[in-house]
Amino acid sequence: MKYFKPDSFDDAIEIATKAEGTTRFLAGGTDVLVQLRADIVTPDTLIDLKGIDGVSDITQNNDGSWTLGVAVTGAEMSEHPTLEKDWPGVVEAMDLIGSTQVQGRATLVGNLCNGSPAADSVPAMVAAGVTLTVKGPNGSREVAVEDVPTGPGKTSLSADEVVTAVHIPASGAGRGDAYERFIPRTEMDIAVVGCGISLRVVDNVIVEARVAMGAVAPTIRLVPDAATALEGSTLDDAALDAVAEAARAACSPIDDKRGTIEFRIDVAGVLAKRVAKTAYERARAAQ
Amino acid sequence: MAFDQQKDQQFKYIGTRPKRQDGIDKVTGQAKYGADTYQAGMLHGSIVRSPHAHARILKIDTSEAEALDGVKAIVTRADFATGLTGENWNILENIMADKRALYDGHALAAIAATSPLIARDAAKLVKVEYEPLPHVTDIVDAISGGAPIIRESSIEANVPEGYHKNICRRFECGKGDVEVGFGEADLIVERDFFTEATHQGYIEPHACLAHMTPDGKGELWCTTQGHYNVQRICAALLGIETSQLKVTASEIGGGFGAKTTVFIDPVACALSRKANRPVKMVMNRSEVLRATGPASSSWSTVKVGMKKDGTITAAQGTYRLQGGAFPSAPSESPAQVTFAPYDIEHAEMVGLSVLTNRPKQAAYRAPGAPMGVFASEQVLDEMAHELGIDPIDLRLKNAAKEGTKGVHGPTYKRIGLIETLEAAKAHPHYSIPLKENQGRGVACGFWFNFGGSTSVSMALSEDGSVALSIGTPDIGGSRASMALMAAEVLGIPYEDIRVTIADTASLGYNDNTHGSRVTYAVGLATIEACKSATQELCKRAAGEWGIDPEAVEWEDGYARPSGPNAGSFEPLSLKQLAAKMTQTGGPINGHFEASPQTAGPGFATHLVDVEVDPETGKSTVIRYTVVMDAGKAIHPDYVEGQMQGGAVQGIGWALNEEYVYGEDGRLQNTVFLDYRVPVASDLPMIDCVIIEVPNPGHPFGVRGVGETSIVPPLAAVANAVSAASGVRQTRLPMSPPRVLKSMKEGKVVG
Ligand SMILES: Cc1cc2nc3c(=O)[nH]c(=O)nc-3n(C[C@H](O)[C@H](O)[C@H](O)COP(=O)(O)OP(=O)(O)OC[C@H]3O[C@@H](n4cnc5c(N)ncnc54)[C@H](O)[C@@H]3O)c2cc1C
Repeated sequence: MKYFKPDSFDDAIEIATKAEGTTRFLAGGTDVLVQLRADIVTPDTLIDLKGIDGVSDITQNNDGSWTLGVAVTGAEMSEHPTLEKDWPGVVEAMDLIGSTQVQGRATLVGNLCNGSPAADSVPAMVAAGVTLTVKGPNGSREVAVEDVPTGPGKTSLSADEVVTAVHIPASGAGRGDAYERFIPRTEMDIAVVGCGISLRVVDNVIVEARVAMGAVAPTIRLVPDAATALEGSTLDDAALDAVAEAARAACSPIDDKRGTIEFRIDVAGVLAKRVAKTAYERARAAQ
Repeated sequence: MAFDQQKDQQFKYIGTRPKRQDGIDKVTGQAKYGADTYQAGMLHGSIVRSPHAHARILKIDTSEAEALDGVKAIVTRADFATGLTGENWNILENIMADKRALYDGHALAAIAATSPLIARDAAKLVKVEYEPLPHVTDIVDAISGGAPIIRESSIEANVPEGYHKNICRRFECGKGDVEVGFGEADLIVERDFFTEATHQGYIEPHACLAHMTPDGKGELWCTTQGHYNVQRICAALLGIETSQLKVTASEIGGGFGAKTTVFIDPVACALSRKANRPVKMVMNRSEVLRATGPASSSWSTVKVGMKKDGTITAAQGTYRLQGGAFPSAPSESPAQVTFAPYDIEHAEMVGLSVLTNRPKQAAYRAPGAPMGVFASEQVLDEMAHELGIDPIDLRLKNAAKEGTKGVHGPTYKRIGLIETLEAAKAHPHYSIPLKENQGRGVACGFWFNFGGSTSVSMALSEDGSVALSIGTPDIGGSRASMALMAAEVLGIPYEDIRVTIADTASLGYNDNTHGSRVTYAVGLATIEACKSATQELCKRAAGEWGIDPEAVEWEDGYARPSGPNAGSFEPLSLKQLAAKMTQTGGPINGHFEASPQTAGPGFATHLVDVEVDPETGKSTVIRYTVVMDAGKAIHPDYVEGQMQGGAVQGIGWALNEEYVYGEDGRLQNTVFLDYRVPVASDLPMIDCVIIEVPNPGHPFGVRGVGETSIVPPLAAVANAVSAASGVRQTRLPMSPPRVLKSMKEGKVVG
């Protein structure tokens, strides 16, 4: 195995382009190093991104949007003085990952690019409309988070492409987002179902919503029907039932050691309701 | 001294809570655990394991691995002793397969190399040719038609004709005539219950360092609950004399029974012998989960007859325990234990050991008892509800006491079950009102407790301090308890006593730290060893004073004339006598060896409140109280530690822990992420009430507390979840999917 610590994304891309066999980028390493030790993936080339300028910066832009470096950790997001005020759902989703130790390393991009259908920060990012800058030998492109995962452990990025930045839109007035997962314990577990919802209210009426479900399909799912169920409502019982139903309809889960198909579908609806309530309360408070 | 004389004595040290002597080392990271031993030139071992649940081993080709740079030795079954019988054979068969791989993770070969990575890479180069065989991992399937027969030769003579050939042992006990008892009953309930295998879940994986030398001698450092046992087994498996192998126990990061046997120690020894260098082996978590002993899974059928007033007229139980591919499941235990807390005239209990393609089960706190009690205490709970009787009153009505002949045979001496029930009933917990979706569970538990072979020695220093040597690894604060008991007898401060776990070459034989025996048996031996020293101290004082040794008594750290007739002399302190000991007759040491038989049985009552989320089936334990008879709590902190630990492990077993096998017979959850032990935030503070009904068989009244504490919680939690969910929970774990399904269907999920 060869280890590199380039000081620019261009160098990182060049190394990745020339590399043979299996390549991994090293952000926090909380997936890469664990998989290495457990004999699951032994990379031939390991490219550490933490030596690149600006990868740990959290910046709020003039238009109110946010740009996060690709090595920003969960702990840095939680400790940021204002990020959580704008995007409590994204921050709480990231904060659910692992323990204090893991929080000191784990990143949003690592969570996404590891490709787990149960990744906690991903439904929250999808709901929030987060986009990425992806750079490769042929230049840069902007990609929506929901377009990255293509299946368990798989992404739409090619082997020589690297994410260089994370963009969270401006939250604006009346915005609320939330993420919740179901696990049998209280922490240190993998989501059996996850749900992220972001919505905007005007005069207590939901005018815009995005709903994303995790761990209920081969990839994180954006659920437009669930968003439609919310839009135009004041989150009355009918809207809640409709969002639950849409969330359940979007599920195509598997039976595994973490949960049954029946259970996952059931709980997807329960979570969608609960998360909608939290997001709605937050949105009303932010009007 | 008989207990009666001791009863009114005020203790000076016993019952206090001083700091443990190993505390600073442990909190500063200085303590040496199994993986913390190093030797110059040492090699690192790794193990080749079967990916098949059941397969014939046709060929093991190690040539490619041997050719790898850095590989120094490879061993297979051929490198171990032949002609073994009984449990030695079973252990060897478990740690190194011979003709068949019997479960996923079964060891087939081992490698020693100059680095852990080379050893790991070399393991991948070992080519094994298998012929896969049909397998079975589920206990019900294993004794149904069509299951592959695991090992017919292990079926014992008393298993009746016509039983399934995967039932290898049968045990029965009881009294009276259950048909008569059921005839007298107003209400009869019979149910089946199922529990999954759970791992002991100790934080420290198995680890050791072995150094065998060409003269046929060897040394082994390892994490274990009993290094004499490791010594005996390793010597047998290597074909050497026991005393030629010196074994030193490291500090131990949990064992809960599973470190009373061996897995890698003989392998490291065999590799070292072949490589002629020290070899270190450390298991990873997946190896621990796949190939070290979990507790049995079980299928119990329990039937109870009861009068309207709650009197139990008859109890019948069949307990089937799955012990992996080895005839070791502790099925005698639930048969004896489940109804032991009650005074029942007619009882009939059967225990059956079942073979499957799973790892060899290993002891886990009160082996076999929690799963049996999961069945029996739930049937009692259901009947109490049906008859409108308070569950504690129901148990009080039938509770065993001094003079009761237990269903398992013995007649009890003084026991403390009733006291635990009364204290539970009076505890504020029992009257806190429950909210919606909450349920309260009660369950009782019994464990035999055990004495076991014990050697203790103590040595006095000239400055009056004392070195106490014991041979049982300290797994729960026992050094502190021994020092307290020695301090009490010698009359010197706790801090003046240093307790060491001696190696096998420095102290006589000791059984394992198991069976809840250490505070009782090693404590008893410590007391007697110290008394043998105080006798000698009295003799020295008598010499000084020129009086008869019988006229001197030891009291609170001083030799004193025993009465006015003995003469009037200034008492001599232990310090004064120690300072002169080399001139007055030589060193003063004490020792004691015995296999004490008077362990007092332990009883406990647990109370638990659980809230069940009706939308997800998730159970949250909101309140938990353990009430247990400790006889006499020597160091109450460590008694409470056992009580809390038992409850917590029981909660994990009840709610989420389980072995998940795929269709292919392979274990699917081989890391702690998916093998779900409770994390700290899952638990409330576990409240403890220590009851002290002294054991008449121990000078200070001690009863063991390490195992009774895990007997009731599976049933207690199940009773609470059943109450909260409105559906009787007959299957563990009570994971959210299972509980939610039972609630939706409104019926028992079988
Ligand atoms: C104890 C523990 C608990 C955990 N708990 C959770 C949990 O609760 N929820 C959860 O979702 N996850 C959990 N995880 C998984 C893990 O921590 C997260 O997925 C984490 O966010 C990964 O981030 P990282 O920076 O460590 O990624 P890394 O391990 O560094 O990388 C992960 C993947 O992302 C790729 N990658 C990284 N950066 C880039 C980039 N800039 N461009 C392209 N590809 C990139 C790598 O090549 C690799 O494939 C846990 C892990 C551990 C060890």
